[in-house]
Formats: sequence, structure tokens, C-alpha cells
Amino acid sequence: MTTQPQDPAQPKEKIGVYVCHCGSNIAGIVDVAEVREWAGQRLAGRGVTVARDYKFMCSSLGQELIEKDIKEQGLNRVVVAACSPHLHEGTFRTACGRAGLNPYLCELVSIREQVSWVHTDKHAATDKAKAVVSGGVERVRHHTPLEPLRVAIHPATLVVGGGIAGIQAALELADAGKKVYLVEREPSIGGHMAQFDKTFPTLDCAACILTPRMVSAGNHPNITLLTWSEVTEVHGYVGNFTVKIKQRARHVKTELCTGCGICQEKCPKKVIDDVYEAGLGYRKAVYTPFPQAVPKYPVIDVENCTYFRKGTCRACEKLCPTGAIDFAQKDEVLTVQVGNIILATGFDLFNPQKVTQYGYGRLANVFTSLEFERLTNAAGPTNGAIVLRDGKTVPKSVGIIHCVGSRDRNFNNYCSAICCMQSLKFAHLVKERTGATVYNFYIDIRTTAKAYDEFYQRVLEEGTLFVRGRVAEVTDAARLPGEEGKLILQVEDTLAGKQRRIPVDMVVLSAGLQPRADAKATAQVFGLSCSADGWFIEKHPKLDPVATMTEGVFIAGCISGPKDIPASVAQGSAAAARVLSTIDKGEITLEPVRASINATQCSGCRICNTLCPFGAISFLEADRVSEVNPALCQGCGTCVAACPAGAISGTGFSNDQILSQIEGLLMLNMEYA
Amino acid sequence: MVDQEHFEPVIIGFTCNWCSYRAADLAGTARVKYPPNVRLIRLMCSGRLDPTFVLKALAGGADGVLITGCHPGECHYLEQNYKALRRFLLLRRTLVAMGLEPARVRLVWASAAEGVKLAHEIETMVAEIRALGPLRWRQNGFTPDNAHDAHAFAVAAEEVSA
Repeated sequence: MTTQPQDPAQPKEKIGVYVCHCGSNIAGIVDVAEVREWAGQRLAGRGVTVARDYKFMCSSLGQELIEKDIKEQGLNRVVVAACSPHLHEGTFRTACGRAGLNPYLCELVSIREQVSWVHTDKHAATDKAKAVVSGGVERVRHHTPLEPLRVAIHPATLVVGGGIAGIQAALELADAGKKVYLVEREPSIGGHMAQFDKTFPTLDCAACILTPRMVSAGNHPNITLLTWSEVTEVHGYVGNFTVKIKQRARHVKTELCTGCGICQEKCPKKVIDDVYEAGLGYRKAVYTPFPQAVPKYPVIDVENCTYFRKGTCRACEKLCPTGAIDFAQKDEVLTVQVGNIILATGFDLFNPQKVTQYGYGRLANVFTSLEFERLTNAAGPTNGAIVLRDGKTVPKSVGIIHCVGSRDRNFNNYCSAICCMQSLKFAHLVKERTGATVYNFYIDIRTTAKAYDEFYQRVLEEGTLFVRGRVAEVTDAARLPGEEGKLILQVEDTLAGKQRRIPVDMVVLSAGLQPRADAKATAQVFGLSCSADGWFIEKHPKLDPVATMTEGVFIAGCISGPKDIPASVAQGSAAAARVLSTIDKGEITLEPVRASINATQCSGCRICNTLCPFGAISFLEADRVSEVNPALCQGCGTCVAACPAGAISGTGFSNDQILSQIEGLLMLNMEYA
Repeated sequence: MVDQEHFEPVIIGFTCNWCSYRAADLAGTARVKYPPNVRLIRLMCSGRLDPTFVLKALAGGADGVLITGCHPGECHYLEQNYKALRRFLLLRRTLVAMGLEPARVRLVWASAAEGVKLAHEIETMVAEIRALGPLRWRQNGFTPDNAHDAHAFAVAAEEVSA
């Protein structure tokens, strides 16, 4: 199993070693010339025939260098010492392929992420870089030519989350003629955007631009809309996922319901609507969240329905003109096959009750941003009137506090991206509808996207007052004349350099966005990971923002961090484009990392049989040996490590490759050379 | 006696392609600093870790071995990190029976987001092994080529103690 030293005079491998400077990223810490020279001399006995260093190996000139050497010097192995294989492994493999060398005979070792960027001692870093190169050279000697695996792509796609990002993704795919399952856990699609009245900076009506999209998604022949539903299990891999979706009982027969709304009208049970109305309004126990809901069919909330709680009432059943109410309906589990998955599960609003000094929940006239959205909404609980909690008094002064729960080391360090613009929008709406004095309490104003700063200028010109400083406290304890009956904001005005007390009638907390409370559980269902904050991690933050580390699973919208509507829509489209490209190609190529069993070495002990979570290993009774089904094998290598007879080998990560890399990293090869 | 001041331990680290290798990438991108004593090997999964690899590294001159994988419940291959955990516990017991200090073989769970955590774990491990001093298995007769015999010896020792 261990490497046998070969006759140094006649190494059959002709290895090229290429050390990248990466500008000064690597060369600033690692003495690249020394590494190159060392590899050329000390590893010559291990098959290194060419050693070069170059400013940017990934540039076309750098790649041509490799291609030229393969052709002219007859290299049959290549080691590139540069950045992480997750960044440029594909680049160098492709370059080798162009020169006629099997791409899998190339090894990329990381001396940037694992050496120059994390170490400061130049001497030690150069020594480590040599060891890393030595490990790569020993490993590449055991590489074998491989062919990528091709996996067929099921043409249907699962989109999870029916907010604007999910709707956009679903429509893009459906319009391209592909089948989509759009899953939403609430009774209607629409997401947070459906709660808004106006959208910044254009102030166009959210419902006017969103509801046509919702209707298109609801009616589209290629979209199967599954609301009041949640994904419970995902099995399989890219190209062929099997997804279990729990469809909660609506207790309404959708084939009979016309959406007339009589049940909602007649239902005697009023429930505070914590979701759509953000706790400001009521709904019934049988309800659609809002009149334009898609689908139009209501659901019965069994926790609040009088019939389900007490066994009497059935008013909706008696009065439904089509007999669509069905109290006996049960939850159903649907199983669907899809090739790709797009997650667009959105965000939760930061709970401003955690910032106790702002008094939300204690002081009646302190509102959250989502409550304020509902107040301003023409279809909201006040029909768009901006009034205090008593439901009638129009405020004469309003304080809007930015960055509540964001940019705050006690809560979330990140900027929630939308709060500045949202606060400016609120300021404009208050001015326009009430003429009240408006104060914005901000840390910095961040208006970076198209037409955002112009909107800020407009709000400034409208006479909104801006106080730069983080509000220390909101209190109703009056100390000075004129403060009685008001909410007083205690703040250090950092531009004027003095403490101020500003009495207002209403305070709006521009609360930040945070990951869904169940983001971790969602991540586990789909085999993804979340950052420490709880946002889902993109494959690459800049170059691959909608892909994830799991092939075939994409993310769009606020699931990966706070975003405004245009960015969420763009990501929905982007994710759909990524999915479409694989569907239209019909197949995807995967790393050929798979296990296989050498039947002559297999003793038939069956230890490996129980280790595979994918059921890829079966026992052939006739031959008394085990066998790997390559279509089911995912290449983790657990069985390879477990086989006591060493009969299982794993392509790409064979025992020879890893053991040799260990020898190389420990510089044991110096003794062979 | 080796001069502890100038003893630089060599640690071989095994990483999972889906979590800890990416954590190492992230540590790099974020320029988080850690000592240069650890040299990493990428596996597809911590479940790929054959205990022989650890013996090979220790017998080949490494002063410690770091094994890393996805957090329990987050394995890219569903549950193979649990198998890595089982093997790690057995292997460490065996190695301790052979007289090895338990701190020389360390298991760390690190998600792709935990670059800082991984760097911190490496830093701690390097400090601990620096304090323990060199292993010198290699000088004491275990060579890469009889690592398997060492394994056999260890298994035998384990059976006797059980």
C-alpha cells in the first residue's frame, strides 16, 4: 500500500510544477522562486522535470505555459501550487485537457488560502509551501486518467418559498416550458412584499406589481402551486431528487370552492393576525390572508376554529353555497421527483422587543416597521390611515429609529441593507399623509442602489429632520414642559455634539432582517449549511451567489442575507437561469469520485454493506462478494476506509494517493530521491 | 532532551471537502492567522479517514494528527461523520494504549462558515503539542513501511486489555 521508491534515474512520471505568485498574494509571503527552484532540484528524482513560477498562473498566459510544456516536454502530470482547488481546479484541468492530457492528471495545491494568507513568518511559510508542493507531487504520481460522470437531469424543479424571489424563479422556469412545484407554507403566495403598500424608491404600489405575478404563478399550466405545505424530506442528488411535501389539510375542497368569501364573512371567530397583519388586525378562523390571495381558497385554522375546539358551530359549512367545507380532510404527503431545487425562504423581522430601552410592547405608540407598513397600506387595518394605537389620533410628530437590531454588537453585526430606504419611505409617507414633523435617527444613510440617493435628497427637501446618533432610550417619563403625554427620544446628536430629548407622538422602529427562526432545520433538510449568523452560504459570494455547495440546490432572495426587492428578483431569475442551463443540457457532469470493489480481493465479510447510507453496496449471494452500484454511490469513501481486505478503492482519493501525499507532506520523499 | 524553545511540531490535518476544507479556505480569505505547523489533506468526507492514515502520519514523523469533519447532523453524506467519530474514539483508545498522549490526535467539527474556529483549534493544538514535545515514533523504530505492523500491534494490545 505504501509507495515504493522508484529508480530515480528512470522516473516514468514527467511532472510539471507551477508555482503561482498570485500578484503579491502569494509572492508577498512565500518565496516563490525558492519553492520553484527547490522543487526543480530536490523533487527531480520524484519525476519533476519542469518547475516554473509565474505571476498569474490562472491567466491565459499562465495556462498556455502549462499547455506548451505538456506538448513540448511531454509532461504527463501537472502540479499547480496556487489558490484553493474550489476556485481554480477546473481552470487548470481544462488547460491540461486542451493540451491533450487527461484533466484528472492535474493536482492543484493551495499555497494561498492555506499558506500565504494565514501565515506571517516568510521563512516558515516558504518551508510549508515546499511541503505542500511535495505532497502534491507525491499524490499526483498516483493519479489515473478518469472520465467525468454524467448524470441525467429530471426536467422538473422544486421552488421553496412563494415570496417575490420564489415567484420570479418559478415563472422564469415555467415560461421556458419547464415543470415547477412551488411550495409555500402560508395559505397564499406573496411573501413579505404582499404586506407592503409602497415600494422604494419609485413609490409604486406593491400590490399593483406583485399581484399580477401571483396570479400568473397561480394560473400557469407549468406550475403546481402547493400552498399551506412544507417540504419534510429530500433524498437523492442533483438531477434526481425525491422530495416529500406535507400538504396540510385546508378543510376546504378546492375543486368546489369558488373563493366567494362567504365563509370568512360568516365565521364568528376573530383571531389576531400575527402573520399578514403583523398583529395589528384581525382575521377569521377560516381565512385567506388577504383578498388578492393566490390561491383564492381559504384555510381553516384548526387551533382557533370553534368547531375544532368545541365541536359546535359549523357556520361556514352551513353557509357555503357549494358545500366546499370539509372538516374531515387530513394532511397529505406528496412525493415528487425533481432535478433541481431553488430555495427562497426569505427572512424574519428582528424582534425589537429585545431592545428593551425602545419600549416596543410596553409603550403603545412604538411600532415595528412591518406594523407601520400595514398602517400605511390602503388594504390594511386602518385603510391606510397613519394613526396611533388608539385607531383614531393622527400623530403630529413621528420619530423613526434606524438600525434596530442591525449594526449592533448586542444583536446583529450586519447591516440589514433595506432599513435606510424603508425609513426614508416611511418619512415620505408620513409627510404626505399627515404633514407631521418627522425625525430620522440614523447612524449612516446608505442609499447605494439606482435612484436611491435621489430619493434621499427628495425626502430631505420635503423637510424631514435627520438626527445622527443612536437613540439611547424611548420613554414616556416626562421631565420637561411639553413632554407630557409624549414619547421622548433621548439621543446624542453626534453632529451637533450634544444630548437631545425629542418628544414625539409615534415611534417607528426600523427593525432589521434576520434569518428564519427555523433556518438551521431547513438547511438540514436540504443538506446545506448556514453561516454563524444563520444566513445560507452561497457557493461563492461574488462569482456564484445563487449556487450552494450542494449540486442542484440553489438559493435566491433574502435566504442568503438582507436584500431589497430588485436584488431578490434578480436572484430569482439568476437561480432559474442556472437551473435551465442544466435542464436544457439534459445532463450534468460530476467529479468521478466513486468506490469500486475488486471481487478477487473481497472476502465477503459484508462490513461495508451496512456503512453506506445510500444503499449503494449490495452482496452478491452467488459469488459471495459485495458490489458497489456506481449510480447510487456518492463517493464519500467510508467503505474504502473500512474494508479490512483493502478490496475497495476510491477513484480520486485512493489509499495510494492519500498515503503518498502524507509522505510528501512529511518530506519522506527526500530520502528516496 | 529537545530544546522546547526551538521545537516546531509538524501536524497532519485531514479535512472534509464540504466543510472543514472550506473553513480553511475561509480562514484564508478572511486572513485569519494561525501557526504554519499544520499541513492539510483534503478528503471527500471524514468517513474516508482510514485509521491507517493517522498511523502513517505519526510513524512518518508527524507530532500530531488533526481530524476534522462536518458537525453532527450536517454531514454531506448524511451520517458518515458519525462513523468517523466511532473510528476516532477507537483509534485514540488504541493509540493511548500504545503510550501516545491523547492530545496528539484531535477531532474537530468545523462547518464551512467556521474559519475562525478552525484557526483557533489549530492554534490550540499546536500549543498543546509544542508543550508535549516531539513524538519521535520515527526515530524509535516505527517506519512508514511497518505502520501496518504497528496497527496490528495496536489491535492486539487492544484485545488484551479488553
